[in-house]
Amino acid sequence: MGRVMGLTGNEAIAYAVKQCNVDVVAAYPITPQTIMVEVISEYVYNGEMDAEFVCVESEHSALSACIGASLTGARVFTATASQGLALMHEMLYIASGLRCPIVMGVANRALSAPLNIHGDHSDMMGSRDCGWIQIYAENSQEAYDWVIQAFKIAEDHRVLLPVSVNIDGFILSHSMERVEVLEDWEVSKFLPPRKPLITIDPTKPITVGALCLPDYYFEMKFQQIQALKESFKVISEVNAEYETLAERKYGFLETYAMDDAEAAIICLGSTAGTAKAVAADLRSKGKKVGVIKPWVYRPFPEEELVKALGDVKALAVLDKACSFGAPFNALCSDVITTLYRYGKDLNVFNCLHGLGGRDITPSDLKIIFDEALEVAKTGKKGYVKYIGVRE
Amino acid sequence: MLIEVRWHGRGGQGIVTVSRLLAQAALLDGKYVQAFPEFGPERRGAPVTGYTRISDKPIFVHSQIYNPNIVVVVDPTLIGRVNVAAGLAPKGFIVANSERRPEELEGILGVKDAKVYVVNAMKIALDVLGRPIYNTAMLGALLKAAPLTTMDSLIKVISERFPGAVGEKNIAVIKRAYEEAVGVE
Repeated sequence: MGRVMGLTGNEAIAYAVKQCNVDVVAAYPITPQTIMVEVISEYVYNGEMDAEFVCVESEHSALSACIGASLTGARVFTATASQGLALMHEMLYIASGLRCPIVMGVANRALSAPLNIHGDHSDMMGSRDCGWIQIYAENSQEAYDWVIQAFKIAEDHRVLLPVSVNIDGFILSHSMERVEVLEDWEVSKFLPPRKPLITIDPTKPITVGALCLPDYYFEMKFQQIQALKESFKVISEVNAEYETLAERKYGFLETYAMDDAEAAIICLGSTAGTAKAVAADLRSKGKKVGVIKPWVYRPFPEEELVKALGDVKALAVLDKACSFGAPFNALCSDVITTLYRYGKDLNVFNCLHGLGGRDITPSDLKIIFDEALEVAKTGKKGYVKYIGVRE
Repeated sequence: MLIEVRWHGRGGQGIVTVSRLLAQAALLDGKYVQAFPEFGPERRGAPVTGYTRISDKPIFVHSQIYNPNIVVVVDPTLIGRVNVAAGLAPKGFIVANSERRPEELEGILGVKDAKVYVVNAMKIALDVLGRPIYNTAMLGALLKAAPLTTMDSLIKVISERFPGAVGEKNIAVIKRAYEEAVGVE
């Protein structure tokens, strides 16, 4: 067993970043991510971390600085949330387009207006199609473990894509939990210094991000599509190697009590924890329910999801961000698309929950499980529910 | 078994700190923990809450705490102004910083099913620290009411967090609060 520490999600990510021997951090503080950046700047200031901490005037500049640093071959980290991620939007596509293996911690928070500093997934879902690998953690332990794995995945030459590690704002970013950490040398052994494929060098000038007209742009994008597909293999390899080191098993998704389950909840992040607690309680009362929690949201793990379904008859898909005007919210759309592509006809309904930090309680989740069990029998499907909203 | 604790105080009184110190001590005992603040902006002087979960098994639940097993009232001026007993689970405990007798406080709070403990944390803090910082005193009183951790673990956590004289004084505060805390007979 590793050394045990009490760390919030923000602190767990900062601690992992320190152990990953990151060369450059450029970030701008924003609630609820602030402490992540504060702790890292302290590490740099007191000499615990040999990195360049670049103070910038905005998130747009933060990611711009990270892209430049990453192109020199440095290992780079940044962090943000909410409006900060929205302000980065332009640069998110440049980071993935230039194939910069940057890792970013996101303490997910609602988007304005109205102004709200609490947790939901609007920020990352708003940048869902930016070409980054996107990971959602359920707790501080997972946040810590995924950051270490994220650098290894991002920097693999078969991938060379940026990765975001998402933690629910406040619920995880500000909650101290038991975290087993690795020793510095163990992380260094698992994650040796980055070996860049191409670096920018003033003595050998090259052009990066040049104008690319209709004759080549599409091919550049196709390479990104292929790199994301290729990342499946790399993520699996990295998960396997990490398991040998840390004795904690990761994958594209986690299943809980899915054996012989008739109904299941699919959701991202901390909500899955509460859903697991409720599922355990319902199981003890003989109700056959389970939970599927995608860790990796992009690329979307279709094959693993279909495998995880088993003989389940009904699914409640819980989204924590609204896709305004869409038939379903983002995660539910992905799940239904996957079912269609694999020829599976299940009874699926979508639950929008937790917007602006609205708490999702065990009793909310119990109602959703009961409804899913009912839907497994009645066959009612294809509707969207709004959990806990006053209409 | 999962125990949920709610801390009541005012912004600036170290409510987040004390909720985490308890969790840190329980970690040393090999327990699983969560400690989190009332989510949102920090508000100096305003009534605030903090939370600690402690369990022998991994804690999955990430919702807020509505029915705590134990309520700790760090700021005595909150009694009568904030419903500190709100949602208290059956057979719960209230541990309050108060000059009153526990029976008297029990009457004021109007709780029937809960066991009330009091300690004059203000006096202890002023005597030992010379300053009205009484969050750590409440750890001693809480330990008297319910063995959520051990004195050894508390001492270890305090000495790590506050090295030197500050830590030693806070340990003295905790020990004295443990001795002086009294519950309804």
